[in-house]
Amino acid sequence: MRTKTLAALVGLLAALVALPAAAQTVKIGFITTTSGPQGAIGEHMKNSVELALDHLGRKVGGLDAEMIYGDDQVKPDVGKQLADEMLKKHKVHFVSGVIWSNVMLAVAPTVTSAGTFMIGTNAGPHELAGKMCHEMFFTTSWQNDQTPEAMGKYMQDQNITDVYAMAPNYAAGKDMVAGFKRYFKNKVVNEVYTPLGQQDYQTEISQLRAANPKAVFVFYPGGMGIQFLKQYAQAGLRGQIPLYSVYTVDEISLPAVKEAALGQFETRYWSPDLKNAANEKYVADFKKKYGKMPVFYGAQSYDGIMLIDSAIRAVKGDITNKKGMIAAMRRADYKSTRGPYSYNTNHFPIENFYLLKAVQMPDGEFAMQIQKTVFESHKDAYAAECPMKW
Amino acid sequence: MSWALVLEQTLNGLQFGVMLFLMAAGLTLVFGIMNLVNLAHGSLYMVGAYLAAAFAQWSGSFVLGVALALPATLVVGIAVEVIALRTLYERDHLDQVLATFGLILFFNELISIIWGRAAIYTSVPAILGGHFRILPGLPYPTYRAGIVVVGILVSVLLWGLVTRTRLGMRIRAGASNRTMVSALGVNVRLLYTLVFGLGAALAGLAGAIAGPIYAVQPGMGETILIQVFVVIVIGGIGSIRGAMVGAIVVGMADTLGRAFLKPMLATAISPPAADKAGPALASMLIYLLMAAVLFFRPEGLFPARSRS
Repeated sequence: MRTKTLAALVGLLAALVALPAAAQTVKIGFITTTSGPQGAIGEHMKNSVELALDHLGRKVGGLDAEMIYGDDQVKPDVGKQLADEMLKKHKVHFVSGVIWSNVMLAVAPTVTSAGTFMIGTNAGPHELAGKMCHEMFFTTSWQNDQTPEAMGKYMQDQNITDVYAMAPNYAAGKDMVAGFKRYFKNKVVNEVYTPLGQQDYQTEISQLRAANPKAVFVFYPGGMGIQFLKQYAQAGLRGQIPLYSVYTVDEISLPAVKEAALGQFETRYWSPDLKNAANEKYVADFKKKYGKMPVFYGAQSYDGIMLIDSAIRAVKGDITNKKGMIAAMRRADYKSTRGPYSYNTNHFPIENFYLLKAVQMPDGEFAMQIQKTVFESHKDAYAAECPMKW
Repeated sequence: MSWALVLEQTLNGLQFGVMLFLMAAGLTLVFGIMNLVNLAHGSLYMVGAYLAAAFAQWSGSFVLGVALALPATLVVGIAVEVIALRTLYERDHLDQVLATFGLILFFNELISIIWGRAAIYTSVPAILGGHFRILPGLPYPTYRAGIVVVGILVSVLLWGLVTRTRLGMRIRAGASNRTMVSALGVNVRLLYTLVFGLGAALAGLAGAIAGPIYAVQPGMGETILIQVFVVIVIGGIGSIRGAMVGAIVVGMADTLGRAFLKPMLATAISPPAADKAGPALASMLIYLLMAAVLFFRPEGLFPARSRS
C-alpha cells in the first residue's frame, strides 16, 4: 500500500516536473542584415517573421517562442560570431535567416555541426546543395542557380539570341551566369563582370550599346540594380534593347525605380500576386501592418517560421526529437506562401518558377506580375552531389 | 572599337572626373590648410544628396532642390566644424581619423532614422531626363552632359575664388604656411570654418547632382570617398590644381580602363584569360596609378608649396 502511494506520489511529482517541460519555450535565432544600405532587406525579413508569429498567436508549434535577432552587416565573420553567440549563450533550438551566400557558408556549418537546425530563408549557395548538404539544414528559398536557369529556359524558348550578360564580379555573380547558360544555348555575345557594389554603369552601358545585342541579361541585387536600371533608362536603352534579369527588380527596388523598370522581365519562385490562401493572407496582412508590399525575402522568412512550426507540431512539442522534426520538415507539411512544394534529397525545395513583368497598375502603382510558369517542380542541379539519401 | 565609342567613353571619363573634383576640392583644402584628415567628407556628400532630394520633393523642382541643398550643406558643414572638429586640430591624425570615422557612423544612423534605410529616388526634370545626340548615332544622357557643364563652371568659379580674391589669397597662404598666416593677423579660426563650410558645400553639390544617377542611401559617401582620396594623393595634398588634374586623370583612367582594357588584352592574350584579367586589372588601375605617382613623385603631381 505504502509503495503504491509512493509510486503515485512519484508519478505526480514526475507529472509536475514534466509540466514545465511541455510548456517549454522554443528559442529561434534569426540572422539577417538590418544595418547599412542592405538593411531594407533585413527589415522586410524581420517584419515577416513577426507577422508569422502574429498569425501563430506568438507561439511556434504550440510552444512559447523567443526570437533572438542578429545583424550580420553582410560580413561572414560577424555572421559566424552571431551564430556562436546564439548557440552558446542563448542555447537556441533553431537558427534561421541569412541573406548572403558568403555569410551562409560561414553560418550553416557552425550551426549544423553543433546539432542545431539551420533553416535558411534566402541564400542558396551550391556548396550547401551539393557536397556540403546536411540533415540539419533546410531552406525555404531556392538554390542560387534555379532562378537564372528559369530565365535561361524562357529566353531559349523564345529563341532569343545575341545576349549580353552582366553581373557583379563575385561568386554568386558567376553562378548566376553559369545557371543562365545551363539552359540558354544560343549565342552570348559578351559576359561583363563589374566590381561588387559599383554605382555607376555608364561606361559599361556605352560598351553595351556599341555591341548592339538583341537582349541583355543581368543580375544586380539590391542598390546595384536600382542604379543600373535608372542609368539604362537614362541612356535611352529601355524600349530599345529588352532587359531580362534575376534578383534585380523586386518590391523593395520598384518604388524607387518606378518607370525605369517598366517592361522588365524577371523570373522568380514567388510573387505577391500568386493565388493561394496562405499568400493572400500574408500579403494582405503585411500591407495592413507595415503599409508596403512584401518582397520574396519576407515571404521566405515567413515560410521559415511556418516550417519550424509544422516540425514542432509533428513531434508534439518535444524539441529534443530531432529525427522526428527532420522527418516532418522533409514533408514540407505547412501552408507555404508559394503554394505546395516538396523537398529534394538535399533539403532544397522542388518548386515552380514563374516569369514576371514590371507593369503599372490601374492605381498608378508599379508591380511585378506573373506572366507564365517557366518551370513546374524544378529541381536544382546539385542534388546528385549530395550524399544524403532518404 | 569605333572612334565614336572612344569619344563617348572619354565624355564618361570627364563626367566622372568632374564629380570626383567637386569632392576632392573640399577635401584637399581641408587637409592642406587645416591639416585635418576628414573621413566624414563622404557623409557631407550624402547629406547633400538627401537634402537635395528632400527639398526637391518639398518644392517640386529639382533645380530648386539642388539650389537649397547647397547652403543647407554649408550650414551642416559649419556646424560639424564648430561642434566636433575644432577640438581636433591639435591632435594627431589617428585621433582625427577615429573621430571623423565616428562622424560617418553618426551621419549614417541619423539619415537612417530620418529617411529610413531604403534607397530613395530623385527624379530629374523631363528636359534633363532623356538623351540627346552629340553626333549622329551617338546619343548621350542629357543629365550627364549637364554634370560636365556644372563641374566646369564650378571649377572656373573656384579657380577665380582662389586666385583672384582676398579670401583665396588667404586660403593659398594658409596652405603654404599656417603659422605665418596667423602671425600676420588673419583670423585662422574663422578661415578654417569658412574653408570647411566651402568644402562641405562642394561635397553637398556633388551629392545633390549625384542623386539622380546613383541611389540616395545611407553609406553612399564611403564608396566615392576612397576614390577621392586617390585623387588628392595623385594631385598633391592641398592643391586645387592638383585636385583638378588628379580627378580628371582618375576619372579617365577608371572609365577607359573599364571600357577598353578587356578588349585590348584580348588581342594580346587569349580571350578567356582576358575575361578574367581585364576586370581585375581595370578595378586596380587607379590604385596602380596612385602607387606609380607615389613612387616617382611622393608629394603628388602638384604639391602645395612647403607646408609646415
